[in-house]
Amino acid sequence: MTGNLVRRLWLPPLAAGLLLGVQVAPAAAQQELHIGIIAPVTGIFAQVGADMLNGFKMYLEQTNSNFAGIKVVPIIEDSQGKPDLAVTKAKKLILEDHVQIIVGGVLATEGYALAPVSTAEKTVYISSVTAADDLTQRQLGNYPYFVRTSWTSSQPNHPLGQWACDQGYKKVAAIAADYAFGYESLGGFQKAFEDCGGKIIQKIWPPIGTKDFGPYIPTIKSDADAVYSLMVGPMTLQFPKQLRQSGYTKPIIGGSVSYDEASLPFMGDEVIGDVSAEQYSAALQTPANQTFVKNYRAKYGKVPSYFSESNYTTALMIDDVMKEIGGKWPGSEAFIAKLLALKVDAPRGPVSLDDMRNPIQNIYIKKVEKTKLFGYDKPELWDVVVKTYPNVSQFWTYGKDAFLKQPVYSRDFPPCKYCE
Amino acid sequence: MDARFWLIQAFNGISYGALLFLVGSGLSLIFGVMRIVNLSHGSYFLLGGYVALSVIWSTGSWLLAIPVAAVSVSVVGLLMERVFLRPLGFDPLRQVLLTVGFAFLFQQAALDIWSGNPFDINPPEVLTQSIVVGGLHLPLYRIFMIGVALAIGLGLWLVIERTRLGATIRATVDDAQMARGVGIDTSFISMLIFALGAFLAALGGVIGGAFLGVYPGLDFEMLPIAFAVVIIGGMGSLGGAAIGALLVGLADNFGKALFPEISYFTLYAPMALILAVKPTGLFGRE
Amino acid sequence: MTRPRSSVLLVVAVLAAVALIVPHTTSFAILIVTRVLAFSILVMSLDLLLGFTGLASLGQAAYLGVGAYLTAILAARYQIGLGYDFWLVIALGVIGGAALAAVFGLLALRATGVYFLMITLALGQCVWGLAYRWNSLTGGDNGINLPHRPKFGIDLADPVVFFYVVFGFFALSLLIMYTLVRSPFGRSLTGIRERELRMKILGYNTWLHKYLAFVIAGAFGGLSGVLWAHTAGIVSPDNVVLTTSVDALLMAVLGGSGTLVGGVIGAGVVLFIREYLSTLVHWWQYVLGGVYVLVILYLPGGLMSIPERVRQWRAAQSGASGASNFATMGR
Repeated sequence: MTGNLVRRLWLPPLAAGLLLGVQVAPAAAQQELHIGIIAPVTGIFAQVGADMLNGFKMYLEQTNSNFAGIKVVPIIEDSQGKPDLAVTKAKKLILEDHVQIIVGGVLATEGYALAPVSTAEKTVYISSVTAADDLTQRQLGNYPYFVRTSWTSSQPNHPLGQWACDQGYKKVAAIAADYAFGYESLGGFQKAFEDCGGKIIQKIWPPIGTKDFGPYIPTIKSDADAVYSLMVGPMTLQFPKQLRQSGYTKPIIGGSVSYDEASLPFMGDEVIGDVSAEQYSAALQTPANQTFVKNYRAKYGKVPSYFSESNYTTALMIDDVMKEIGGKWPGSEAFIAKLLALKVDAPRGPVSLDDMRNPIQNIYIKKVEKTKLFGYDKPELWDVVVKTYPNVSQFWTYGKDAFLKQPVYSRDFPPCKYCE
Repeated sequence: MDARFWLIQAFNGISYGALLFLVGSGLSLIFGVMRIVNLSHGSYFLLGGYVALSVIWSTGSWLLAIPVAAVSVSVVGLLMERVFLRPLGFDPLRQVLLTVGFAFLFQQAALDIWSGNPFDINPPEVLTQSIVVGGLHLPLYRIFMIGVALAIGLGLWLVIERTRLGATIRATVDDAQMARGVGIDTSFISMLIFALGAFLAALGGVIGGAFLGVYPGLDFEMLPIAFAVVIIGGMGSLGGAAIGALLVGLADNFGKALFPEISYFTLYAPMALILAVKPTGLFGRE
Repeated sequence: MTRPRSSVLLVVAVLAAVALIVPHTTSFAILIVTRVLAFSILVMSLDLLLGFTGLASLGQAAYLGVGAYLTAILAARYQIGLGYDFWLVIALGVIGGAALAAVFGLLALRATGVYFLMITLALGQCVWGLAYRWNSLTGGDNGINLPHRPKFGIDLADPVVFFYVVFGFFALSLLIMYTLVRSPFGRSLTGIRERELRMKILGYNTWLHKYLAFVIAGAFGGLSGVLWAHTAGIVSPDNVVLTTSVDALLMAVLGGSGTLVGGVIGAGVVLFIREYLSTLVHWWQYVLGGVYVLVILYLPGGLMSIPERVRQWRAAQSGASGASNFATMGR
């Protein structure tokens, strides 16, 4: 009898304990949104990491880290620019910190390394910078939890190719950094440019980190109407300077990052007149962007680059989804579904996502000018927008199926038919 | 590929070599006197550029930046030699590794102090022009680099070959034990040479900053190139460093222009081959 | 000879403790320890060269690269190595590392001392250049993604299972290297490190000894690469970049060159700071640099020499100078 009594005595507390235990876990998960941000905080890409984090953090501060009622806890991890460390940190974020979303990655290797982790752990991974084309093209099937809020390398270069034809350029010599991002950028430009009648007559591939373009500049073919240049990091400063000092006066058509605001403030007047194409320009004369630029600059002392804008907009998009859902984490699949249905007005303009989970957005053809903008009192170098191509997807005008049939842009594709 | 092409490439190669001489000569001297490979040499180069930037930002004077950067970094070098390298005694491996440890510390400190933005040093307006000679555009800055390298090279040669101090340096390079035997204070010479090496590297960083830029990672990018210079030219030999710098500058330039496919190997493959055939470098002696 | 016996027992005890305790810690801790063990095979192979043969190499990452890329290419392109053929890939990694070392050794061993350092640096950079440029083979800077971890009866995708597999290889490598350095061959290597000229006079073919040591180190480097490829699931030129070789050398010296086990201690300290401390503070680089500098300055024998230093300090403290003389005499 006492045995029965004892058994009955501990049963209710145990049941209560189990129930409480079962209740506490999901409640805790619902009350906070843990977002893991993987960015290079140290190492040679530290400034990119700083830009990314500043953009994201600015949005959090503007919303008090509260997305429609749910508290946002950002957890920042230093990838140091190494892909296997990015993977290690991602696992830590998912397994230890129970993040629902991972944001970040910069290099193509990081994107290719993090995407499988998101699949294995069924965690949302939003790439806010990594531009590697194939992640949202031929490889997408492997990564059901992967979404991109930034761009593909070739995306802005397609309209740039069209624009180059419209300017009357017939022959263009190209010089692009020797790695996948360079291949994909030039590939996009070449495809569009040659499809509207232009010819790429030369391809030069200086290695990443080239500082002295002395060997390459004299080899630029003299019958080119313009030079297409895709430069990255410190190369962006040295190439235009050295090109102009060598006496070359023809126009430069720059791929995306060649004149991005990450480098522009540190360039000299020799880049005035140079053109580039990107999904963002800090000089974009819209109220949303003006507010964004002024706030960012007041806070961080420099004009936002696309790294900053992309992460700011990513935070904005996450917020918008949470608003739609009513402030409760709905699980990875439901979150992605809602994210894909979103249309936002970001500082860069209207952004929506295509069915391959990459943005459809404006692409701006920008020209460097020295001018005063937004009420700042000194004339400075700005990427002034001269033409806007609206609703540009990663496939340009080619249609998804036709585009995916061709191989991913590489060093040899499209082939250089007109190279002499 | 007409004559103009060859001329301009030769000019480019020589001017790049001039910059490399500034970087490599310091490294070569340090090895010659102390028998250690200073793996923080690239850091001195980069710090020179950063200090110059700070001087330019606060005073606006590029001319002032040059000596201030070079001297302040040489003080850093001096301290490093006195406080950290000296206690290790003659232990080349540990000394090398110590310099690596410092290279990492310098890298992080530079990032914290100056941020990771890519900077450019802006020399006076006149040096940014190009002169046109026979239809060739020659950037004045490249000519300036050649000039500086010649001046420094000449100055160093005069001191080393024609002064008493130079004689003691040469004696220490040749045979440190004998030098001590005749009463030369080799530890003072070591300190002097290390500071001088840092001075030259930082000078290279200031001069090079307007040509290569100043940004994180430049330290470790310059290091293998500096080594290539010293290895090809022979460690401990100033004349060797000059020839090594010229050869590397020209080979790198022509290699990349004529055979872009092997750009990544134009530096390291010759380095490995030369070392395999003549381990002390083309002009080295051991 | 009780001291070597007792230190062996100590090492075995520590390893047993690790094998038993780690699987019960957090999955992040398991991951870090697995990475340490996989990388330390490379560091120990470098110690074979550095601590026992007296050759400091700045290019060992090349052999890790051979093993890693071989694994990745076979797994991603040909689906080889994901089942029982994992063991085949291990063998291929070892052979690949040894083969590359056999070729490079012919060039590198013509130099000694600091020139050897330089030539191994140059050769390592050539491998990096190849990994970067040979797009069709290596995927260039995009790297190669491995589809998944091998599965043969046991599933290596499970972090604990994978930990045990890597631990097994680590223990085996340590055992083989330990046996090697205590063998006559190993003792000749130490003799070469101390006084190569004397060894030559005694009739030893010192070049062959050094060459064999170089090839063996390359073989272990290849093994390390196979395991390393599977820990992260991606292989890229970052694996063969110069700083990886520098890290390995620093780890070997940090732990204590000439101790073998020092390699895993050095790897543990560095990876702990780099991968774990960096999740807590952003100034971890200063800690890492500071640790290097302090150890190099004050602990010439690395961290493994701490017990010996403590013993010496105690002996100096406890006795009069006579007693301490006795204590140091027997060494």
